[in-house]
Parts: sequence; structure tokens; C-alpha cells
Amino acid sequence: MNAPAKPREKTRFDTIGKPRRRVDGRAKAIGQTRFADDLVLPRMLHAKLLRSPHPHAIVESIDVSRAQAQRGVHLVLTGAEFPVPYGIMPVSQDEHPLARERVRYVGDPVAAVIAVDEQMATEALQLIDVKYRKLPTVASPEEGLAKPEPRIHDYGERGNIHRNQSYEFGDVEEALARSDHVFEDLFFYEGNTHLPMEQQASLASVEGDGKLLLQSSTQNPHYLHRQLARVLQVPAAHVRVIATPNGGGFGGKCDPGNHEFVVAKAALMLGRPVKICLTREEVFYQHRGRHPVLMKVRTGVSNDGRLTAMHLQTLLDGGAYGSHGPASTFYTGVLTPVTYELPRFKFEACRVFTNKPACGPKRGHGTPQPRFGQEVQLDKIAERLKLDPAEMRLRMVTQPDSLTASWLHVGSTGLAECIRKVVEMSGWKERRGKLGAGRGLGLACSTYMCGAGVSIYWNKMPHSAVQILLDRSGQVTVYCGATEIGQGSDDVLAGLVAESLGIDPGWVRCVTGDTGITPIDLGSYSSRVTIMMGNAALQAAGRLRDTLAAAAAEALDTLPDRVIFSQDRVFAAQDAGKTMSFIEAIALAEAKFGTLAAVGSYAPPKPPGRYKGAGVGPSPAYSFSACVVETEVDEHTGWVTVPKIWIAHDIGRALNPVLARGQVIGGVYMGLGEALMEEQAFRRLPPKLSSALVHRNPSMLDYKSLTSLDMPEVEVALIEYPDPNCPYGAKEVGQGPLLPVMPALANAIHDAVGVRIDEIPITPDKVLRALEKKEKGEAPRVGPESFPSVPYPAPTFVLPPWEGGDGNELKGQEGRKAA
Amino acid sequence: MSAVPDRVHATLRVNGEDQQVSFAPYKTLLEVLREDLNLTGTKHGCELGECGACAVLVDGEPLLSCLELAVQCEGRDIQTIEGLAKGTELHPLQAAFADHGGSQCGYCTSGMVMTAKALLDKEPAPSRERIREALAGNLCRCTGYQQIWESVESAAKALREGKR
Repeated sequence: MNAPAKPREKTRFDTIGKPRRRVDGRAKAIGQTRFADDLVLPRMLHAKLLRSPHPHAIVESIDVSRAQAQRGVHLVLTGAEFPVPYGIMPVSQDEHPLARERVRYVGDPVAAVIAVDEQMATEALQLIDVKYRKLPTVASPEEGLAKPEPRIHDYGERGNIHRNQSYEFGDVEEALARSDHVFEDLFFYEGNTHLPMEQQASLASVEGDGKLLLQSSTQNPHYLHRQLARVLQVPAAHVRVIATPNGGGFGGKCDPGNHEFVVAKAALMLGRPVKICLTREEVFYQHRGRHPVLMKVRTGVSNDGRLTAMHLQTLLDGGAYGSHGPASTFYTGVLTPVTYELPRFKFEACRVFTNKPACGPKRGHGTPQPRFGQEVQLDKIAERLKLDPAEMRLRMVTQPDSLTASWLHVGSTGLAECIRKVVEMSGWKERRGKLGAGRGLGLACSTYMCGAGVSIYWNKMPHSAVQILLDRSGQVTVYCGATEIGQGSDDVLAGLVAESLGIDPGWVRCVTGDTGITPIDLGSYSSRVTIMMGNAALQAAGRLRDTLAAAAAEALDTLPDRVIFSQDRVFAAQDAGKTMSFIEAIALAEAKFGTLAAVGSYAPPKPPGRYKGAGVGPSPAYSFSACVVETEVDEHTGWVTVPKIWIAHDIGRALNPVLARGQVIGGVYMGLGEALMEEQAFRRLPPKLSSALVHRNPSMLDYKSLTSLDMPEVEVALIEYPDPNCPYGAKEVGQGPLLPVMPALANAIHDAVGVRIDEIPITPDKVLRALEKKEKGEAPRVGPESFPSVPYPAPTFVLPPWEGGDGNELKGQEGRKAA
Repeated sequence: MSAVPDRVHATLRVNGEDQQVSFAPYKTLLEVLREDLNLTGTKHGCELGECGACAVLVDGEPLLSCLELAVQCEGRDIQTIEGLAKGTELHPLQAAFADHGGSQCGYCTSGMVMTAKALLDKEPAPSRERIREALAGNLCRCTGYQQIWESVESAAKALREGKR
């Protein structure tokens, strides 16, 4: 276990915490940033994919001869060229770059044409003759449970169940039985997609040394690198992946994509560069977005509003492939106990394959759905117990340096402060219930990981590594595999190194996301980059600072630990008159020690839980957020307007407040879009039109997202309690602030018009339906009415820390009785 | 088949310079800018006129270059993001987007900046509401728009104070 690099004397900062232009801001503002589709190479060809029109079918034959003979066509590829399957997770290697025997969703790629230009490639696609034999389809998890045959995949738990799991931390039924109240609610969260502004694009080429280079809009060049080597059956050392700056990712560019293997293979076969850029419609099919999740939440509560136990059941619609599914399934539950003290917790989750584009990780990965359910249920509990929803939450927030029933270690927490802050900013106490007809306020909270505690593939190596080179001309070049997806990771890297060395960030050149040059970082996912890359960067910078200090101390007539680095200079602590420039210090050190370079690396601490499955959920730190949403509901149309949102986010420390605030507002925006309108929904065509399961809205016009006119003003408070596990105390901000928005909106609608919409998105038709029910004297609620019988397995039973557990599973009935 | 030429030759006035260019007649202004003139600062997000990423100014008006045939732009004044800075000095809108978080991933930025420029050219002191309205056709998935509004307001102030 690596201890995080500790800054020696830094209590006052030159760079950290000060608003400044991000290091890549200029290039972006002048249109000079080169995204993947902006890249052009001599003799470059273009690829297009032929996609299945059927949601489920056997591919009986593919005749490419007519396409192959077409003018301008250089190559036609089919699944025959790709015998090796892939998948981001070792346990779900279930995809082929081009379908071999079977297609599983409308849009599944079956062939590819590589031609002189996109137009010719597109025309030639129409000359490929594919004979399909249609199979029955699965449209939903309920259907998948009811119809185990035909199986969409020949692996998984059984039938069409991909993953099925159950965990119980303390005897939940016993605790529910002795609770003053038990609340049982059903919730549904519809799927939605990332919709990055940049469509996925990739350019493959063979470099002068004969090795493959793939420049691609990927969030995870390291995982892609491994998968390319595996699928193309070439040594990983002969493959180089450069993650181009992503035009937005949000999780959608985490999985390796079919198109990336196709252009890589084609470039190797043709010896020419091959580029592809997905159309917007294709991006909807690539998907890997938010899983639709049906939830059942049973929660025991005492009369004073404290939680006694929770039994959470989730059912995930996985779509056609595994993707990150095994992790997604865990994430629909594992972070639930992190916000509030919960003595006992049972969590059952099941992911079912369906004939739709694969779901995967989207900002918040698996956690927005159960958080929505839990936070809306808490609002109902507060209402029934006549408690203020904010006060009730404040009384039960998890404590710093505590364990959850599931053995997650909560380190620093500013959740209470977040709640107090949004209560204050929104005028919660004064305004709630007094806004007049149709207007309301709602509150909700959440938490998120600062990086997943374990890698996607099992290994004991660092999760992030940074190398820094210094030279006598004053250049500070920082190498790291981390990927700039718009979140500002290059700026974080430059800012941390600059602070540590006491120089302006403008001195630092970042070289990132290049598996051929940069030390490995696992990628831009799970809000891990600031923490893991940052700790690695501070370790590397600290080592260089020690070297510089040793050289400078002599000249400054002081001791190395009395040397201070600040404002592009090096000082003796006791005498600011003894000083030299940073460049002079480098020259002295280079003369004394030789060429100056250092590496740093980071691996997260070992989690306390020891049961099988305890690896999902632990993190070096957790961020916390609280949010208040104001709504106006038009009772005639069901239209929901949001005039304002207040959010407080416990960020540990804001490294660059401009970026931190931007991440918070951007998260709120995406959450509000999910809450009000975004849905990746499907329908079955009538039998005369093939019965196919088709995407309802695969375009930016029909897939509704908030425009500049729809977006309310967001007031942001950054709560800064530096976390000792994090670089200068900085926790994540990329995902957490999205999470409380959806339940806060639902709670605000209830406050406004007294109806419960237990389903996301909350569209006007649902609000109207609930208002009509209210009018008729029925339960004023719209949401799922039943939860199917899911064959969850017997739970892995673990005693919570406070019941004498040691973090291991208690096997069998004996263990349980002993409990 | 009617006689459609394989390529047309045109003179396009881009960022104040006449460019001789030959291209297939079906190509959009977006495609000609990016593929034939190597002006890749103009982006595409849908190529269906839905997202605003490809907005450029034609005769001072914002226009979705993915919906306009390049042949229709002959003799018109085309401005792209590349033409906005004076040498190495950023246009106040560009500086403001870089300084105030108006640009995160940067992919919508060119279209946003050009659309905002058209607004500020006509209305030097637009209200927040006017800015929101003017940018309503430009989607951004990163920022939640607020820091974009703030960037435009800051640039408008700088321009009014004669910082350009």
C-alpha cells in the first residue's frame, strides 16, 4: 500500500484554490484542440459499419462480393476476421467487433467497408447481402425472467439472467420486524444515454516502426490497449493507443467500441491509415448508458426517524451485452449505506440481458437509481413522521472515520455541512410550504466514490503513475496515462505539480493518455483521476523537490528541509533574501545529480471488508452532496418548471474553483435532464413491420435534453474539509453533484402539488396522471405497481462491525444463527 | 441522369481571405471547411441541424454549416472560429470562455462562441435572458450553460470597455 504523498510545508498555496484559466482552455477557445475526427493522415481511408436491422437473429450468411468489387472499396470485413471476443470486464468477454453467428440488438455491427471516402463506404454497405434468421426477442427484464429461452448469451447465471447476487449485513428481517414503521416502495428509473457532443471517432495507422497506433476518443486508453492486443492477437508492446481529448465522455467512451477494433484491424491489413466517425444515430446504438432499473425498497424506521434496516432489491435491464454490467449490478446497491447510519442492510440485484443496445456506466454508474428511490422514500418517511426532511437527515448522517454495515470505510464527510448550507441558501426553513399553490421545494443528498478501490482486471499494481522530467531550460514535463475528457484532468495534473514545485502552472507541459509514452493510469472513470493521478503526481513532484532542495540548500547555506519552493523561486526558510530562481535550482541539481526525473505511483488502501464482493464500493474517500430544487408545477398541463437549484458539494478542497464549480453545475444539469426528460426508450414495431425492438428517439432532436433556455440558475457552495487520503485534500466532483438532483426534484413536485412520481423521468403526462388520481381521491402516485418474482440467490451473510463481525462472510445457517 | 459535375470549383471568402477550392457539389459548408480547407475548428455533433456545434457566421449571421451546401456560399462572407483571434491575441469571447469555465470539453465551444459573437455584434449589452435565448440552439453537455452565460456577459463587458 502506498501512503499518499504528503506535502511537507504547504499550508498556504500559490496555485491551489485560486481561480485560473485551465491549461487547455486557450486551445479549446480558438478551435485548435484536435479531437479524433479532426485528425488526417496521408493515404487515409474511411470505414463504415453495416448494422443489424434485427434485434435478435442468427446470421446465416454474409455475401460481400458485390461490395468488395465496388469502385473505391479497399476492404470488406466480417466477423470471420475476429475470432477473439472482448469485453471491458474479464468476466464478460461476450462481444465481437463484428457479429459472428448472431446479432443481439438493432444496430449490432455485422460488417465493415473500408473505402476511399465515407460516401463510397456508405454506398458499398448496401451491396452486402446478409441472410438473417430471426429469433424471438426479449424487450424487458421482466420478459427475460419469464422467457429463459432462447438465451441471448450462452453464459451468465441461467436463462437470460446475466448477474444475480445477494448480500445481507446483519439480520434484516429481524430488524424490520421490531421497527416502529416499515416503509415499502417501488421505484423505476428509465435508461438514458450520455449524449456527448463529440461522436466517437478513431484513426488507426501503422507507424514507421511497423507498430499499430490507434488515436481514439476513448476515456480508458489502457483498457483499450489491452483489449486491442487480445482481439488482434498482437503483443501489447506493438500497440499504442492515444486517447485524443474527448468531446465529452460521461462514461460513454469507457467500453472498447466495435469501431476501434475494426479500424485497427483494417489498418494492419491494408498498411494504410483508416478512420471512422460514428454518426449521431450510431452513438445511440453504441450507448453503454444508464441501466433502466426497477427497485423495491423496504426500510425500517424508528418513531424519531432513524433508520433501523433496509432491504433493497434491484432489477437491471442490461441490454444485449455484458459491458460493465457486473460492476453496474453491484453499484445499484453498494453505495446506499454511505450517506446515513444504517444498522443493517440487505441488497439483492439482478441484471437481465435484453435485445437492446448494451447499458453500462454513465456518470454516477448504477448509483443514481437507488439513490433516487432512497431519497424519495426518506421524504415520504419524513412526511408520515411529521419531521423536517432536512433535520431528519442531519440527525443520521454517517460519521467521519466510521464503517458502514457493509464494511465500507467512510473517511472525511462534510454531508452535515452540505445539508445546513443548502437549507440556508435556499431559505428552506422560511420558504418551504409558503411558496403558494403549485410551487415547492425538495431536498435530497448523496455521495460518490473518489475512485474505485480495485481495478477492472485483478492485479496488485498501481492504479496511476506519473513521471516528471525537469531540465535546465526550466521545462517541467509531466507524463501520465490519465485522459482529458473535458473534466480538466490535465489542469489538475499541472496545478498539483506546479503547487508542489512552487512554480506557475504555465511552466508545466502535460503529456497524457498515450499508452506508448505515458506511465499507466487506469482511465477517466469512477471519479478516480484527481485522487489517484493526483497522489501519484505529488509523490513524483515531492521526490524531485527533495532532489532540488538537496542541491539548493548548499548554495543557500541552509538545510534541505528548510528550502521553500514558491513563486517560481527557491528560498531559505529563515532568510527570504537567500534565494535563487527555479531554473537555477534545476541547473544546480542537474550538475550535482545528473538528469532529473522522478516517478510516483498510487494504489488505493486495502478495504476493510473481506467477504467475496467486498471489492466493489470501497474508495480512498467519498464526496457528499446536498441539493434543494425549487419547482413550479402547472396543474393544467403537468408541466414542471425549475426556477432555481441550490447545491452544496463536499469536495475536500477545490483545486481550481472555476473547474470545480463547472463540474458541479454540469452535474446538476445532467441530473435535471435525466429527471425531467432524457430517456433511451424502445418500442416493438408491429408484426407487419418486423416486430423489431427499435430505439424511439435516436437523434438529438428527439432525445430531449435541456437547452440554454431550460436550464435554471444553480447556486453552488463548495464545502472544503481536506481529506487526508487525497491530494491537498481534494475529493471528486465529476459525478457526485448529479446524484441528489433527481430525488430533490421529485420531492419538490410533491411539495408543490402533493403527488408522488416514483419514476424517472418525471414527464408532464405522469404529473397530470397523478394529479387526476389525486382529484379522484385515489392514491396520488404514479410509478411501478409491482415487482416481479426474481430468483435471487441465498445471500452472502456478513455481520456488521458493531455486531461483532470481522468483515468475513458467515457461512451457512450456523453462522446466521450465531448472529 | 442529369449531368451533375463530379466536382465544382468555387471561391469561398473565409475569415477575410479568398480560398480557391474544388469539391463534390453535394458537400456541405461544414464538410468543405473541415475536409477541403482543413479548418477543423468547426465541429459536428449530428450533421442534421440539431446541435449547433457547426455554427459559423455567414454574412454576420449564425448559420448551421451542416445544413448549407458549400456551393451556396460563394460570394458570401464566412467567419469561423479560426478567424476570431487577432494573431495570438484572443477575441474577448474566446478569452472569457477560457477564463470562466465556458469551455469544458471544448467541443461545442466553436459553435457557442460564433453564435455569441453574432449576438454581441448586434447587441453589445444583452440581458441574461437574451443570451440564453440566442444560445438555445447550441447544445452543451458539460457546462450546464451557466458558465457560458457568464463568459458571454464578461466578454460583452470587455468589448464595451473597448478591450478590442
